[in-house]
Amino acid sequence: METKNITSPIGSYGSGSDLGSKAGRPQLLPGSVLLNRYSIQDVIGIGGMGSVYRARDTHFKNVTKLVAVKEMINSAPDELVRRTIVQNFEREANLLAALQHPSIPRIYDFFTHEDRSYLVLEFVSGKDLENVINEADGFLMEDQIISWAIQLCDVLSYLHGHQPEPIIFRDMKPSNVMINSSGDVVLVDFGIAKRFQTGIKGTMIGTEGYSPPEQYRGDATPLADIYALGATLHHALTRRDPRLEPPFTFAERPIRRINPNVSMELEAVVNTALNYNTAERFQTAVQMKDALMNVARKTGALSKLSISVPAAISNSIKPIWNFKCEDEIRGAPTLHQGSLYIGCYDNNLYALDAAEGKFQWKYAAEGGIVSRPLVYENNVFFGSEDQNLHAISSRTGKLVWTYHTEGRIYSSPRIADGHLFFGSEDQDLHAVNASSGRAIWKFGSDGEIHSTPLLDNEMIYFGTENSSFYGVDFRGSLKWRFSAKRGITSSPTSKGQAVYVASLDGTLYALDAKSGWAIWKFRLGKGTVSSPAVADDYIFIGAADGFVYCVDSKNSKEVWRFKTDNQVGSSPVIYKDSLYIGSADGFMYCLEYRSGRLRWKYETGGPITGSPTIFDDIVYFGSTDGHVYALFA
Amino acid sequence: MDFFKRLFGGKEEEEQTQPKPKQVDMATTAPLSDQQIQMIVASQTPRYEIKQLIAAVGQSVGKQRDHNEDSVLALTATLAGNADSAPFGLYVVADGMGGHQFGEVASNAATHIVGGNIVEKFHPYLFRMPAQSLQESLQEVMESSIMEAHQYIQREAPGSGTTITAALVLGQQVTIGHVGDSRAYSISPDGRIDALTRDHSLVQRLQELGHLSQEEAENFPHRNVLIRALGQGEVLEADVFTVPFPFPGYLMICSDGMWGVVNESDIVRIVRDAPNLQRACQNLVEAANAAGGPDNITVILAQLIG
Repeated sequence: METKNITSPIGSYGSGSDLGSKAGRPQLLPGSVLLNRYSIQDVIGIGGMGSVYRARDTHFKNVTKLVAVKEMINSAPDELVRRTIVQNFEREANLLAALQHPSIPRIYDFFTHEDRSYLVLEFVSGKDLENVINEADGFLMEDQIISWAIQLCDVLSYLHGHQPEPIIFRDMKPSNVMINSSGDVVLVDFGIAKRFQTGIKGTMIGTEGYSPPEQYRGDATPLADIYALGATLHHALTRRDPRLEPPFTFAERPIRRINPNVSMELEAVVNTALNYNTAERFQTAVQMKDALMNVARKTGALSKLSISVPAAISNSIKPIWNFKCEDEIRGAPTLHQGSLYIGCYDNNLYALDAAEGKFQWKYAAEGGIVSRPLVYENNVFFGSEDQNLHAISSRTGKLVWTYHTEGRIYSSPRIADGHLFFGSEDQDLHAVNASSGRAIWKFGSDGEIHSTPLLDNEMIYFGTENSSFYGVDFRGSLKWRFSAKRGITSSPTSKGQAVYVASLDGTLYALDAKSGWAIWKFRLGKGTVSSPAVADDYIFIGAADGFVYCVDSKNSKEVWRFKTDNQVGSSPVIYKDSLYIGSADGFMYCLEYRSGRLRWKYETGGPITGSPTIFDDIVYFGSTDGHVYALFA
Repeated sequence: MDFFKRLFGGKEEEEQTQPKPKQVDMATTAPLSDQQIQMIVASQTPRYEIKQLIAAVGQSVGKQRDHNEDSVLALTATLAGNADSAPFGLYVVADGMGGHQFGEVASNAATHIVGGNIVEKFHPYLFRMPAQSLQESLQEVMESSIMEAHQYIQREAPGSGTTITAALVLGQQVTIGHVGDSRAYSISPDGRIDALTRDHSLVQRLQELGHLSQEEAENFPHRNVLIRALGQGEVLEADVFTVPFPFPGYLMICSDGMWGVVNESDIVRIVRDAPNLQRACQNLVEAANAAGGPDNITVILAQLIG
């Protein structure tokens, strides 16, 4: 392959998330003194080729004069490369020395010592914009960003107006913009700024994500800096890091869709700067500044704060029917031939007419019922806290048989080949003949089983409260075991050759169905008992941090997340192009599953922990307010 | 993760049920036809059993370069126990770039560091009986290995860079780590060929944005400009994903000296016509050289059989 890209920046001043920072290279220790003058105090930044230190200039004995010392370690084995690197460094120093602007740090000194070169600069106390963005609780204020943007236009127009040749900064990005203690911007890291010579193609450099398309072709003009400023503003307004997105895709992330508080006028300015076609961008930084000043005047951004207006969802949804039980409903219903079966903490299993919500019969167990009933050959099967699995007639509600275990049953039964499979707090996975109620086998696990088994690929998969996850075959023989860091209450789901399950350790796992190797792990904000759902290439799950997550099943990247106001222990259900899930904030949510956008939400009188069942465009679910609801999907 | 343990006879927890008597429906006195034999064999082969992984490699400096900046690593292991088989394979192609021989340094470092890291992580499960299961996921192992190579190149060969396309095969899944414009393909026996990776190149990006047609793309003067490479840039994001191993069929990994020179339908034809994988690789390299051999050529072919 030919030489494609041979220059990299000398280093970065800001403390952005540089990957190069982990390089194990000796740093100067606090207390080291350079040139008998600069006493090193601390490392304030790490770049690709060295560190940036805060140092005290000891020539000023009576005052503490702080300076920034930028170090470049020349470890290239090749002599020619080494010389080029030193030349680049000296070029940067000479360039900076000639500049005078409030938004550009002053340069005091530069020198080379053995394989290290140093640049002594004005110390800017403050934070770089990348940290400001990352550390903010929400979006930054529009007027604040406008005022920084105006200052950045000022410094760019100073650089672009440099004589005899314009200086192209070429690396505008949040980590190169320092916000000093008075809240003003200072541009740092002139590592690749260079005098622009018309007609000479530069080498292909620049920071992926912020650079314009033409910079990849080697063209760097003032218009490249304008694009990169647009990219920086886009990042600041949306908090979406363009380095994590394919290049030149800002248009696919419209600012106001992500942050509706931004004014249309400001969005238009940023979009103009980000034009793919150079002729359609602002042609000078001055033009862009004028446009920003107009926005500031129109929105009054410079004088007042903008007020955020939350997107209100009108709660005008009326249930088709609702049915009141005598205690909390924590489980999920099952629909079969026009009847809805649901268990309740009043110890009853209810059969309701699904069309109108009318009572058909109820069957009283000796303990609460949280497991989702299963209907098979005219019988309803469900487990209860009374330690029994009950089989009752789906038509009459009369008992057919019960099967006793040595612990409470929260796991829901699953069926294959006339056999029921479910777990119990007695730590066994039970296989029971569905017609006779007789045990076929038991598989002893290492902990209480609340997880509902998944039957797939002639295998049975389930988790335990003792953090294990088992793959067992239909004969009850162990095939593999996987260990999470905390309990697995969540019930697994599968797609292709992978099994997905989440744990109270706050991780969503993708495991190889055959061997149990972890293919990937996805970190949730908190632990979860929610069970994942699958659609297309996406995995969906709720968590105790209040979020509903959508994760790409191939590469474990987050696609979207949706915030509810309390823990999400309910499991998502996909129906047509929507996702349905309850939250402990009392709402049942309907989200567009590809985007995570809210379609509607419906408030009940208590937390919703169970999952909905959806049939014929009707959503059925129970709430801890003791009601069963039927809503239009 | 106990399955390697089980493979090596660690502990056998299965209680065998009574073996069922074998039934052969076509009990004729005449010799069985090939088709009948195949059906019987098929009926006796469990659905999820695949016995082994095989692979071959082809490489050439090409006709127009005086040195080779491509690096390659291919490691194939078959670990078979009583009931299960667990193929393990690691295949890496890296295509280096940058002046002053640094391209070679970068691509070499990439294959060695990524290969070494992954093997080190799996070594206990392949050759020892570890008490603890692997804490990292396959994708985490791949990603951290690529990051380590990235940092090494930045440190030891500044200015240079390399592509990397690495495939870790474990069982029937393949976890791919990818940066740059080398490619992984799945080739099915019926002649379909699909790129599993997406090039991190300017030309690909411009095409995706609709700024270049297929034809313009082919004549684009900056076809060789990458927008991501190992050793380049502060923030590197590798594409890491897991897909089922192409079965039946082939996994192919190659540098642009192959895919940029021999078109996809010829690649498929050569692979299908060859009597074995070694010959297929040899013939692919010859085809690229016959077309001018403008760049270094590297190809790996892997297949699951059994």
